[in-house]
This record gives sequence, C-alpha cells and structure tokens, in this order.
Amino acid sequence: MPSHDVLVIGAGLAGQRAALAAAEQGVSVGIVSKVHPVRSHSNAAQGGINAALNPGDSWESHAFDTIKGSDYLGDQDAIEIMCREAPEEILHLEHLGVTFHRNEEGRLGTRAFGGASAARTYYVADITGQAIMHVLYEQLMKHSEQVARYEEWFCTALALDEGGECCGVVTRNIADGSMQLFEAKSVILACGGNGQVWKPTTNALICTGDGIAMAYRAGAKLMDMEMIQYHPTTLAGKGFLITEGARGEGAHLLNAKGERFMERYAPNKMELASRDVVSRAEQTEINEGRGFPDGTVALDITVVPRKRVHEALREIVLVGRDFAGVDITREPIRIKPGNHYTMGGVKTDVDGRTDIPGLYAAGETACVSVHGGNRLGANSLLDTLIFGRRSGADAASRAKRIERSRPSKAALEAEQAQLEAIAAREKGSGRRISEIKLELGTTMDKHVAVFREEAGIQEALETVRRLKEEARSAYVDDKGNVFNQDLLAAIELGYMLDNAECTCVAALERKESRGAQYRTDFPERNDTDWLKHIDLELGADGPEISYSEVTITQWEPEARTY
Amino acid sequence: MATYTLKVRRYQPESGEGPYWEEFDVELDPSLSVLDGLLQAKDRDDGSLSVRCSCRAAICGSCGMKVNGSSTLACKTQIGEAHEQANRRPDVPAEGGQIGHSTSGTSNPIVVEPMGNMPVIKDLITDMESTHWEKIRRVTPWLLPHGDPPEREYVVEPESMIDITQSMACIQCGACVSSCLSMEADPEFIGPAALAKAYRFVGDPRDAETTERLHDLAHDPHGIYDCTHCFSCIDACPKGVAPMDQIMRLRRRAEENGIDSDPNNGHNHMVAFTKIIEKKGTLDESLLLQESYAPGVKGKLKPTKGAIKGLLGSIPTALRGLKTGKMRSLPKLIPGVHPKLPGGAQDEVKTIYAHAQEHREEFNLYIKGEDGDEETAVAEGLEPDPQKETA
Repeated sequence: MPSHDVLVIGAGLAGQRAALAAAEQGVSVGIVSKVHPVRSHSNAAQGGINAALNPGDSWESHAFDTIKGSDYLGDQDAIEIMCREAPEEILHLEHLGVTFHRNEEGRLGTRAFGGASAARTYYVADITGQAIMHVLYEQLMKHSEQVARYEEWFCTALALDEGGECCGVVTRNIADGSMQLFEAKSVILACGGNGQVWKPTTNALICTGDGIAMAYRAGAKLMDMEMIQYHPTTLAGKGFLITEGARGEGAHLLNAKGERFMERYAPNKMELASRDVVSRAEQTEINEGRGFPDGTVALDITVVPRKRVHEALREIVLVGRDFAGVDITREPIRIKPGNHYTMGGVKTDVDGRTDIPGLYAAGETACVSVHGGNRLGANSLLDTLIFGRRSGADAASRAKRIERSRPSKAALEAEQAQLEAIAAREKGSGRRISEIKLELGTTMDKHVAVFREEAGIQEALETVRRLKEEARSAYVDDKGNVFNQDLLAAIELGYMLDNAECTCVAALERKESRGAQYRTDFPERNDTDWLKHIDLELGADGPEISYSEVTITQWEPEARTY
Repeated sequence: MATYTLKVRRYQPESGEGPYWEEFDVELDPSLSVLDGLLQAKDRDDGSLSVRCSCRAAICGSCGMKVNGSSTLACKTQIGEAHEQANRRPDVPAEGGQIGHSTSGTSNPIVVEPMGNMPVIKDLITDMESTHWEKIRRVTPWLLPHGDPPEREYVVEPESMIDITQSMACIQCGACVSSCLSMEADPEFIGPAALAKAYRFVGDPRDAETTERLHDLAHDPHGIYDCTHCFSCIDACPKGVAPMDQIMRLRRRAEENGIDSDPNNGHNHMVAFTKIIEKKGTLDESLLLQESYAPGVKGKLKPTKGAIKGLLGSIPTALRGLKTGKMRSLPKLIPGVHPKLPGGAQDEVKTIYAHAQEHREEFNLYIKGEDGDEETAVAEGLEPDPQKETA
C-alpha cells in the first residue's frame, strides 16, 4: 500500500504548489493525477496573475476590487490574506524561473485586466498558466526525492477512518487498471473545476468536478455551488477561450451594428468591467437582436498595435487562425459568453481545511471563498498558488502532529466491485455514457447559464435527476484493464451529475441576483435576505441546504457599478 | 456537415493480436478537428478507441499523433484540411490546391497513427516516459541560479525573456520527437524537445550554469551535434517553438563559450560548412570531409590523431559519396580545384554573409509573427523593406 504523509490529488497549479509547500516541511509527499501533470487545465489560464506589487498600488486596493468583483459574497478575511501574500508569491515564482514579461528597465511589467483599479496583472505573453505550471513541474522533477509522482492514476473515492477522518484515497492505475488504496495522514483535493458539466465550455475534457464530488460523497460541505462564471469572450460552438488580456490590451466589443455597446452597461470601465457584467451585457445585446445571426457579438483586436499582438497575444492569434479561421490582427472575431469557472466548491477555511479532518481542498475545487459571486480575471492563478501553498503547509504540519490511522480495505473492495459492475453491463442495456453527458451539458447551458429563472432551473434539476437514474444502467464498450478510458468516463459522469445537481439546487435556492447568479424572476441583489453562503451537504435525498455567514472585515456592501 | 473516413491504426494490448487498421465514418463540420472526429467515433461506435486528449485547443499537448503521416496535434488539425491532404494527387503540385480522388472514384481516408519513435501502449497512446520525459530530465530542467535570490525580482534584459518565451511555449506534446529523423537513427539522441528545453535555461540570464550546461550538451555524442538539421521538428511543432532553431542557438552559444571540440566533430563540421560556402558559393561535399577533420593547410600538414581517425572512419561515407555522385569528381579532392561561382555571384554570397553577421536575427514568433506576415514586420521596421532595397 503506497503511503505518504501528505497526498495531493490533482497536479495543476494548486496541486503542484501544495506538494512543493508540503515537501518543504520535510514530510513525505505523493502527488496523484489522472493526466500527466503538464496536461492539467491550469495550462489554459492565459492572461496573467494579479498582485499589488508596484509602488503606488496596495493590497487593500486589490482586495477591494476583488470584493466588489465578488458582489460582496467573498469572505473578506480570506481575500485579505490572498491579496497581502500575492506580491511575495509572484517574486517566489520569478526566482524559481518563471519568464514574466519585463518592462523597459528589465523589471516585472504589468497589463490591465477586468474589474481592477490598477494595472496589476503579471504575465508571460498569453501563456501565463502554462509558463508557471511548467516551472512548478521543473521543481517537482528537481525535488523528486521528496515528492513521489503518480502520473496517470485516477481517484475513485476518499477513504475515512472510524473516527471520520480522511486517511487515504482509492486509486486506479490507468496504465494497467490495478486498484490501490493509498494511505495518507492528510489528503489535499486539487482537482480543478467542473466545466464539463456544461456544453460548450472553455474547460478541458478532464474538468469533471472529481474533487468536489468525492468530497461531497465523503460528507464534506460544498459552498456557493450556484456561482458559475460565464466568460465574456469564448468562441461560439467550440467554447474556446479568448483571453481577457485582449480587452486588457485595448480590444473593443462591438454588436452587429458596430456599436461599442459596453457604453450602455459600464460607462467607466467599458470592456474591463467584471466578467459577470460584461457577459450579461453581451447576452442582452444578443437576446435583443443586436448580435450577429449566429448568436454572437464581435471582439475587435485590430485596434491593438500588431507588434503588441504578436508579443502579448500570440496564443490568441493561433486560436483565431486554427479554430475560427480568422486573422485577429486584421478582422474582428465572433465571440459569446461561455461556461468558464466554478466559483463554488468544497467549503474550506483559509488553510484549505474542509469539514472532514485530514481533508483539504485548494484551487478551483475549493471555495474559501475569495471569488464569491464572480471571480476577477487573473485572480484564479493567484488563488491556486496562495491557497495551494497554505494547504500544503498546513497538511504537512498536521501530518507531523498526528498518528497514522489505516484506511479500511473495505473502501478499496467497494470501489473494485463498483467498477466491475459497470464493466459487466451488457452493451445496449442502457444509454451510452456520451449521450447522457451531451444531454447534461446542453441542458445546463440552456437553463443554468447567464440568465436563469425558476422554471428553467427546475427543469434542469429534473433532467439531472433522471440522467442520474439512467447513468446507473449506462454501459461501456471497453472491458479491458489497460487505459480503459471508457470506464473512467463512467465514473466521471457520476461526478459531473453530482456537481450538476448541487448547482441546480443552490441556483434554485438563491432567490436574488448576485454576481454570476442572475435570476430574471429576482433581478435585484437582496442583502437583507441573501448576503450569505449557501452550503450543501449530502443527505438521504440529495443535497441538504444550510447557510453560513459572509465574513466582512472592513468593506461594507455597497451598490456595484463599473 | 460532411462525412469523413478515419483510418485508424489500432492496437489492443490485451487482445493477443498485433496492430491492425480500422475505418470509422464520422460526420462533422469541416472546420472541426481530427480529434473531434476520433471522439465522435469513440462516443458513437467504439468506446474502446483510446486516445489521450484534454483541452481540445492545442494547449495541453495530450493528443500528439500522426495524421496522414505527419506528426501533429489531432485537435489542431482541421478534419476538412486533413481530408484534402489525404486526397491530393501526387501528380498535381500541392500549391495548385487541386483535390483529386483515387482511381476507384471513392476518396482516400484520413490516416491516423500513433506517434513515431515511441512504443505504442494502446491504439493512439504511446509511452512518452521512456522516450520523452527521461530525456527532458537528462538536461537538468530547472533553473540553477547562484547564491540567494535578490529581494525583489532579478533585473534582466526584456528581450531575453521574450527570447526564451519561445521555448517556454513548448507544451511537451512530443510531435517533434515523433518526427525526428536523428532520433530514428540514434534513439539515444537527446532530441528536439529536450534540447529546446535546455535552451530555455541556457538563454535565461538568471541561470548561472550556462557554461556547464553547454559543455555537457556539446560533449555528449547524443547532444547538440547529433541533430542533422533536417527541419522536421520545425514542421511538426504545433506551437512555433522551432526546436531546431533552439538547437542552433545552443551551438552558437557553445561556440561563443569557446567550446570548439566535441566527440561528433560537430563544431568543426559547422565551421567547415559555412567557410566552404562563403569561399565557393556552393557546398563541395568532397571538401567538406577533409575540412571538417583537418581544416586548412595547417590541419593537413599536421593532422591531429582525432582527425586521422575521423577521416579513416569516414572512408565508407566518401566511397558512397563517389558512387552516388555526391562528390562530383575525384580532382575536386585536391584543394583549390573547385571553381567559384561565375559572374560575380560569389561576391553576392559574401554580401549575404556580411549582412547576416551584421543583422543576426533570430526567428521568434513572439517578436515577428507568422510566416507570410512580412508586411507587418516591414511596417514595424523589423525587416528591411524589399522595395526600398531594390530601389
């Protein structure tokens, strides 16, 4: 039985940062990922990472922008920590080798980003997430004696001891199909978000909400699951992301009449208002007939100098050329709001601790909450790194403190039996996994998107519950052990359906409009009744609702305009 | 919507059978990708069809494979274009853009295979650990600065960061490794991806082990001089990393650091190659061998032990060269017999050399943009205006 003091599940930025931080404490660390670490979805973060590092900028300003961006649902103690620690984290990354953009003096240079009152976004062209993640992976290779890597291992369940503490994980080695019970004193879930629940989405195929679902099934609380970000600039149909950095560099949004419509919605910040604001503006233009016939508006990058585009928006030139057949330096590109980010997730404190002792969560899997109702661009990388590091450090100190308790073999046997049962289903005994996934994605995109209302969410919830039933008899073609992706897709579908159910329940519950949750039947923010988090816990009939306070330190809620 | 046929090279390791071909008919918009096609086949027809994939947007590097024989990312290859490529008649020049059909009247399928130079695990999934990641680890792939870091950031030339961002753009997909001809001949070759990674540190002013890195890579017989300059990796790379260019940068940096001998005789070969063209205008294969091992009059009067060994070892190559007509005539083995280019063309060559010395420019997408973007480059003063030059 592989045994580590700290076991990290997921090897994107949060997971890798957590593993490195835990290793620094001198404990034994294992990092498990269902894909090779550099394939993780942190790669896709293009624009940059926020920090108030410049003289003249302040962490308070960064914190206020974040709180306002969150529509006052973010917990201010957590946001303070993130913004205070951001500059040191950026410098740490720079010292490790991240090739951040420099200004003319050779010092770290910044770009503007949405919802921010200062240019405080540090970046590597438009491959910031990739550049940071590859540098962290360099460090994992360097510290291979302290951190064992389990690359292409899939987690199917958490293991708890008799006292209800997390003490391990059930895994499947994808290469040969063998099942293993991993033993650990602390387990950190850093499995990313759940974007695949929607179709289309900017998220990778691996973003199936595994960590959120595993924690939920083990009895941990989830928080703010209704808060799902739709990014303002995604390619129609395919859902690919066009970085906010494009607007940060000065690109305009135009409707079909050629009007710079943001004038009507956010006269001060224009294209650089918060993402929920810009997405709603675009969707309004489209719904009211001022979009293009294919349900899009245009992003005009031709106003950015070409040299600057090549230097700073290289990836977007390639995305435009390869996936839309558009040369963005010469013509506007058609975009629309698309599913992008899970603000909610596993409820944690500022050290990543969940309700289950020994279980931690970090990054998009977690909800600390620093993003509240709407995440600011370039705060997600920061969240992964700050709370990844804090989780890793706390998980290591717990591991030093406590005695090891052995996970029961029963957890492993139950999972083995479950997988065998799925594999044994006869072809044609039910629907195909892919059919259920498609129906789930289109349903959620239709009813639980930029604009929502009770009947639609209710319909989505009923569909999700029917699909959960159908998933019980869905069959797989692949009966083998080596790289049986078909079988893993069945497990992932189960994770996605749990995520979807929680999102629908929370979206139905929150009877107001705040951040990404815009209810056409309750179009106003209602601080009297709803300035609170919605917590969900697995009960006998699905998610059970409770509430928790939003932590307010020094910024009282006020009206939110851009 | 159109119908395409994907002819996939499959291998199911638990079946006891060898690899086989299977055709899948898929129906999708021509602008969608070969990966979309494979996923449709997997979703609708056969869930056991195995392929690594994640982002669908050429960022994660999972879906490296061969499409119609070329190493690439399946997600970045439009299925309509792949179909056209599969049906281009060999007798019609590619530039003509004409699409033909096989004689039977049906169109050719799009051929999809796992990457080359790697063992296949299942269907399109290869073992990258032994053929790619082991080599990445071989180049000490982490920054080695000296002393404690500064209180703030390292202050460096802005251009140096843009320069290495090109190699940071590598997504470790393995397409270059799959296409590498040198690796086919020498599986121990460190290879294009790992050497591009090495340049990311050699080119980084914060790294303090530049000389040690260069010595290591030059003196390894499977290192920077094991590349044969074939351009395959540049063609294959989906991210414009241009691995071979990074290898050439490593060679130049090695030379600047005074590293002028190596077990492959690579540095001397490089010097001989450029000198011959500078002097003669064209490459003279018969001179190349002697000049590589025993340069100039001095080298021939007092050949080193290594030179004699190298020249003797090259006799089979020389004989093959004579047989195939590469060394056009025996008299050319005598130094000085090879004529210069006629009509003052030799002076033109010298002008090109002088220009190159003066305006050494690295090809970097983050600075220059794509091929065919000369207009932009000219507009921004990056390239001399051809019209002005001729005027």
